[in-house]
Amino acid sequence: MNARRLLAVSRKEFLHVRRDPRSLGLGIAIPVVLLLLFGYVLTLDVDRVPLAIWDRSRTPESRELVSRFEGSRYFQVGLRAEGYPEVEEAIDDGRVLAALVIPEDFGGRVRSDRSSIVQFLLDASEANTATIALGYAETVVSGYSADLEVRWAQAKGLQGVRPPLDVRYRVWFNTDLESRNFIIPGLISVIMMIIAALLTSLTVAREWEQGTMEQLIATPVTAPELILGKLLPYFVIGMVDLAVAVAMGKYLFHVPMRGSLPLLFGIAAVFLVGALSLGMLFSVAARSQLPASQMAMAFTFLPAYLLSGFVFSIDSMPRVVRAVTYLVPSRYFVKVIKGIYLKGVGLGTLAVDTALLLIFGAAMVLAATRMFRKKLR
Amino acid sequence: MIAPGEISVSVRDLTRRFGDFVAVNRLRFEVRKGEVFGFLGPNGAGKSTTIRMLCGLLAPTEGEATVAGFDVRTQAETVKKQIGYMSQRFSLYEDLTVEENIDFFGGIYRIPPGRKRGRKEWAIRMAGLSDHLRTRAAHLSGGWKQRLALGCAILHEPPVLFLDEPTSGTDPISRRSFWDLIYSLSGGGTTVFLTTHHMDEAEYCDRLGLVYRGELVAIGSPGELKAGVPREEIVDVRCERPQEAIEVLSLLPGVLGAALFGGGIHAAVERGRMTPAAIAEAIRSAGFPVERAEEIAPTLEDVFVSLVERRDRAAGPMAEVRG
Repeated sequence: MNARRLLAVSRKEFLHVRRDPRSLGLGIAIPVVLLLLFGYVLTLDVDRVPLAIWDRSRTPESRELVSRFEGSRYFQVGLRAEGYPEVEEAIDDGRVLAALVIPEDFGGRVRSDRSSIVQFLLDASEANTATIALGYAETVVSGYSADLEVRWAQAKGLQGVRPPLDVRYRVWFNTDLESRNFIIPGLISVIMMIIAALLTSLTVAREWEQGTMEQLIATPVTAPELILGKLLPYFVIGMVDLAVAVAMGKYLFHVPMRGSLPLLFGIAAVFLVGALSLGMLFSVAARSQLPASQMAMAFTFLPAYLLSGFVFSIDSMPRVVRAVTYLVPSRYFVKVIKGIYLKGVGLGTLAVDTALLLIFGAAMVLAATRMFRKKLR
Repeated sequence: MIAPGEISVSVRDLTRRFGDFVAVNRLRFEVRKGEVFGFLGPNGAGKSTTIRMLCGLLAPTEGEATVAGFDVRTQAETVKKQIGYMSQRFSLYEDLTVEENIDFFGGIYRIPPGRKRGRKEWAIRMAGLSDHLRTRAAHLSGGWKQRLALGCAILHEPPVLFLDEPTSGTDPISRRSFWDLIYSLSGGGTTVFLTTHHMDEAEYCDRLGLVYRGELVAIGSPGELKAGVPREEIVDVRCERPQEAIEVLSLLPGVLGAALFGGGIHAAVERGRMTPAAIAEAIRSAGFPVERAEEIAPTLEDVFVSLVERRDRAAGPMAEVRG
């Protein structure tokens, strides 16, 4: 392999990219748009659930329960109802997602230290959101309930009574429990995979289609020089994409970055070489742009999106599907990027994943190079 | 015969099949060093296929060939260092400028840094491209594109140059200056192997191989080829309605073949069977007023037509079916 030839190929390829607004747009603009779209749209957080409250008790006790709901960041009281028809209507037209109904005898029963019941109505057409809202409501209600018990005990002269069980929790890694904090890093890896494979899937095929390959294969250029030379400009684009995405994560989405940025860029470079070479492999195999780009889309988008664990948890997939995910390179990079972003872990923890990404990269470069033939068919 | 040390390209029983179709059928010839060798034949005769095999771009099905002493089957990559190739279709980068294209091929051919500038300037001067350095290749006209492609193919001073239909789609003036370039290269010792289907252009070659349906029909200098039809003479007949008269003419005894040629007919006649005057009389009596009929020196086209017709007659109807 000769460096001068490799650089000649790179330089030429770089000129193609610069002269072709389409590929430049594909390389830089599309990742930014994807990150904006997904970053803002794809959120799994449920907060400020719109809530209707019908307080039939109108006592200090019922008002305290209401104020606890109002004080929670997870609920937003959107309606003070006076009767079921009003509650029903609000749930039907989607103004509220849940309703709290406090019965008439609530205040009296609480005061006379008998147990009381409150009603919580849920719109479960969005099952996931409803489940989460129910959890929040139970937390609010049981918190109040525990406080009441303590008060009753104290009123009976029992000092130092506390609720029997008390969970003290601390949230690690994503302290705000914000889904955005793990979606953005995962998204970066998905976008890198798709864009990288798509970009390179066109390059070799385009030369076959336009006939320039016939001239090129009549020269002494070798397959590694051609493949790696073509890779270089797209590698630069990929790293620029990564830098832009990381900057957007920091300044636009305020995703905290706990780990080492150089480590992230280092492992990303390895992953990028693999993804670019995969696209190149399609390009070499297909010899025409349309099938090559379709293959690149089919083999990167769905696996990277669904099977990488970037948002859909691999642990909760059926066993067969879980086994398949081990073949998806994005899986390892998602783990790496989340680990660095959220946990701030180092290379020691990520050694296995990094090694697998290295193998993926080397295998793809080798496959693309070996598959390339300096012969017409 | 050519002395072994003088051989630049040697082809032995070279064959290429695509499925059942035989594109090139057992070609056998040699090309001298420094010679301008032309491959002449109609479209689809197998000219490009042959050139691609000689450049190491296409694997031969059977037979062997060496270029500059290297086997195209087993040493294709070494062959590629010895050759310059210009394909039939313009296949440089249209989105790159003239200079960028030259620089790219300069890098690919690893021209030593010390000589790079000189070679580049030589190629630019030779191809007359100095005023177009910053023009994108896409914006060049056919003739300039050809010069650029040739410039890129000879940057590394290859001993053998393969040009596939180098002048197709260019105007006569570009073609003339292109041939000046070819001659100066050949004068410098470069072997030039080119294909063409222009008969007039074939006259410029030192030697010619005539190919038809994948087979080599004849080989020799244009002079040798024209003199090499000893049993026939060519009679140029000028008459009215030549399209109809040709039917009568081709049925006359001793007429081996006839083809429309310009405003008249060229008939290949078996030597001694019929005089031009007898032919004129026969056509006149069939109702076509004859202006004149005389024996002429055969052109390459006459030679080609005569050889091809002779071959078709020999091959019989089977050739038609196969073709």
